[in-house]
This record gives sequence, C-alpha cells and structure tokens, in this order.
Amino acid sequence: MSQQDVLWQPSASIETLRQRAAILRAIREFFFERQVLEVDTPSLSQASVTDEHLQGFATEFVGQGYAQGLPLYLQTSPEYAMKRLLAAGSGAIYQICKAFRNEENGRHHNPEFTMLEWYRPGFDEFALMDEIDELMQLVLDTERAERISYQQAFLQVLAIDPLTVTLEELKQVATAQGFGNIAATERDADTLLQLLFCMVIEPQIGQERPCFVYHFPASQAALARLNEQDPRVAGRFELYYQNLELANGFNELTDASEQRQRFEKDNKKRLERGLQQVDMDEHLLGALEAGLPACAGVALGIDRLVMLACNKQHIKEVLSFDVDRA
Amino acid sequence: MANYSTNEFKGGLKFMMDGEPCSILENEVVKPGKGQAFNRVKVRKLISGKVLEKTFKSGETVEGADVMDTDLAYLYTDGEFWHFMNNETFEQIAADEKAVGDNVKWLVENDSCTITLWNGNPIAVTPPNFVELEVTETDPGLKGDTAGTGGKPATLNTGAVVRVPLFIQIGEVIKVDTRSGEYVSRVK
Repeated sequence: MSQQDVLWQPSASIETLRQRAAILRAIREFFFERQVLEVDTPSLSQASVTDEHLQGFATEFVGQGYAQGLPLYLQTSPEYAMKRLLAAGSGAIYQICKAFRNEENGRHHNPEFTMLEWYRPGFDEFALMDEIDELMQLVLDTERAERISYQQAFLQVLAIDPLTVTLEELKQVATAQGFGNIAATERDADTLLQLLFCMVIEPQIGQERPCFVYHFPASQAALARLNEQDPRVAGRFELYYQNLELANGFNELTDASEQRQRFEKDNKKRLERGLQQVDMDEHLLGALEAGLPACAGVALGIDRLVMLACNKQHIKEVLSFDVDRA
Repeated sequence: MANYSTNEFKGGLKFMMDGEPCSILENEVVKPGKGQAFNRVKVRKLISGKVLEKTFKSGETVEGADVMDTDLAYLYTDGEFWHFMNNETFEQIAADEKAVGDNVKWLVENDSCTITLWNGNPIAVTPPNFVELEVTETDPGLKGDTAGTGGKPATLNTGAVVRVPLFIQIGEVIKVDTRSGEYVSRVK
C-alpha cells in the first residue's frame, strides 16, 4: 500500500463526533434525572447467543487459571449480563456499550456498534414505549410517536393477517411483490413475514414521526413473554423512524423453563440450517431460576440515532472509524 | 464458472439471473435486528440493458457469469456484422445488430470501443464517452448567434441526430457525449 492509500482519517467528521458526544451526554442526563443506574458489563462472555440470525465473534483467553484456554465470545448485546444484575436486585439500569455481530456490514450496519440498553422493573412494554418516546423527543425533537400493532401494519399495507395467514398465501403475496425467487423455495413463514415487513411495510411507516410496532407474533417473540390475553402475540416491540430500525424491546420473559425451551428451539433451527449449535448461557438461566423481576427492556442503536440527528445516510459517517478503517 | 455468495456482492459483479448475465449496480444489506438478513441489489441485465431490483436471502449463492470487457478498435460494417480489432494481437471480433443496438450511431472508424463478451461472444458494444462526428445536414440558421438559445437538430455522418447551437454549419465536426447524446463543442 502506498502512503496515499492508507485510510488513516476518521470516517466521521470531527463536527459529527462533537454532535455524537453531545447526544451521549444528553442520554446520560436523561437517565441520571430518572435515577436509572449506569452499569458496565463484560464485552467478553463465556457464552454467546443461540438466535439463528445472530453470529458472534469467538476468541480465547489463555493465562493464569486457564492454561488450556477459555473460550470467550464478544457480546452481541449486553442483555444477559444486565438481566443477571436485575435478578441480583439492581433495580432500573442502563448501559451504553459496544455490541459485536459477525456477518453484518452495510449502510446501516457495522460489525461493532454502540448500543443503549435499559431495563425498567415494574414497567410493561407500553410504559417503556412512553419513556423511549420521551428520549426520542429530547434527542431528535420528534413529535409524539405513533403506535401500531404488527397485525394492523400488515392489514393496512398488505391486507393480510400475519397471525392467521398460511405459508401458501404468504408465498403468493411475496411473489406479487416481486420476491418470487425467495418465495419459490422458502419453507419458513417467519422469513417471508420478515421479508415483507422490511421491504414493503417499513418504508410505509414512521416517516413523519417515529412509529412503534408492538405485539410481534409469538413465533418471533425472541426473549419477550407471550401476551396473556392473546398468546398468538408476544410483548415484543420495535421502533422505526425514517427507514431506520432504531430499537427492539421486550416485556421480558422471566420464566426460566420457557427460556430454556426457546434456546433449545433456536439450536434445533440452527441444526436444520446447518449452522453450528451454541451452548446456552447457564448464567442467564441461573438468574431466571433465582427470579428476574417483572420488567421491560429495550436496546436502541446509538449510531442510527446519531445518523438521524446529523442527517447522515451511511453509518460510517457517524463512527470514528468504520470496519474498513478499524 | 464460480458461484458467488451474497457476501461477495458488490458493484460490477457479474452473475446469471433468469438465464441472462447481469451486472450489479448497487448492493444493500437489509437486516432486521431479530431475523433474516436480505441483500437488495440493483442490476443491469447485460443483453436487454434493463435495470431492475432483486432481493436475495443473505447467505444464498448465485451462479457467476463468464463476462468480460475488452477494448477493441472499430473497423467497418458489412451490413450484417460490425467488425472490431485488437490493435495489439490483430484478433478480430464481429458483433451482430443485437449487440451493437442503438450505439451503432456512435461508431467511428478506429475509435476504441468496449466490447462485452459473454462466454466469448459479444453481447454489448459501448462506444467511447466522446466521439467526433461531421454534420451532414442542418438548417443554415443565423450566423453570429451564440449557444444556449435552444439550438436546432443536426444530422451527423453516422446518422445520429443531436441538438446543436444555431451557429453550427454543414461540414463542421462536433464533439458529442455518447452517454447523453448531447452536443459538447465544435472541433476545429
């Protein structure tokens, strides 16, 4: 490489980095005023995540006490460690940290990114949405966010009910929308729902003001508890604004045995897809068994928030150094 | 031909789609925080020239297309084929009407053109960005008029018709941008 080819300069302008710092400070003030405790959990964990769509980075510690090597994973989110703090009686907590996801790189993704994650004991998902909305108004000066259920969103935009639709009907709708090549061989209804949601529904919502989509289907519950009145849906929600997925939140699953079953199901899916199985995090399961207080939690992408605040089109424009320059 | 995974997608990658070689113009990863990732690509079909969007599940593979671009000098047409030559090896290639398409009106003898070959056969001919052609027909117009008054049509020696300033006269040579089909300047 000649000297001119070395990408030593930051990918963000210094002006953007100043704005980024101001946003981080405003967020810390926001939580300080509300007496939410800032915490700092490990980036390197002995366990990774079973979610078939999340791939972790693995490394190994070799040293005192671990002469044979201790496998460690860069966290894909601080969720498990933070839930262990909640189970240990921390009360409301938040964290601003790096999360690491392999295989993710693009206009809205960098393999490592900054996440704001917080937990509110005693809140349900709707109370937490209120608080997120206040933070959005503070940082982005937005109007009050809209709310729409996952079911309503599909009914309004595509005139199908995602809770009763069959795989065959989904394939027809996906084909009509120009995704025939995917529909032809797809056997998983959730993949087609995700495809239609990302490509067709997302561009139609949250343009003027942020939009919460709540009551995701039980099959996409992730770590949310199922709704007691309608177990076809889960206490999971997402926040969208101007074509960016900003946050994912849960009315948290607190039942250890159900959590274990979901991890097992994830690994079964990994096996079917020819992916490596992932050991489940027994530390988390231990905390759930000891008792996680009823709570709601959310993860919000700081980089995307800064993109919106600074009107940037590519995530690298808000990172000091993106992966190409790291 | 090699297969490519979606992780290898980038501008310029050539692959087969619906039996036709395509070139990627833009590639974007769309990945929900929880769920399947997709690659949304904008491609140009290299035979029809059509530009369209297509979405793939990330992790899938596509069949590569044996497509290469080569720069050759235009020689002549025999009415059925347009003949091009590599000035170093003197190897000649004949492109048919379908490959030459609308660009026939920009072919000037000895100009270097880009010939796109698929499995060794020419499927597209791209002329240089700028060509110099002689005006064979245009209204005499008013002498002394300046550019920027809307202009007038002029027919060039290859049959191309472009809008030129009013002062351009029959017999003059002009420079044209082949990408837009617009007049650039007078060649003295």
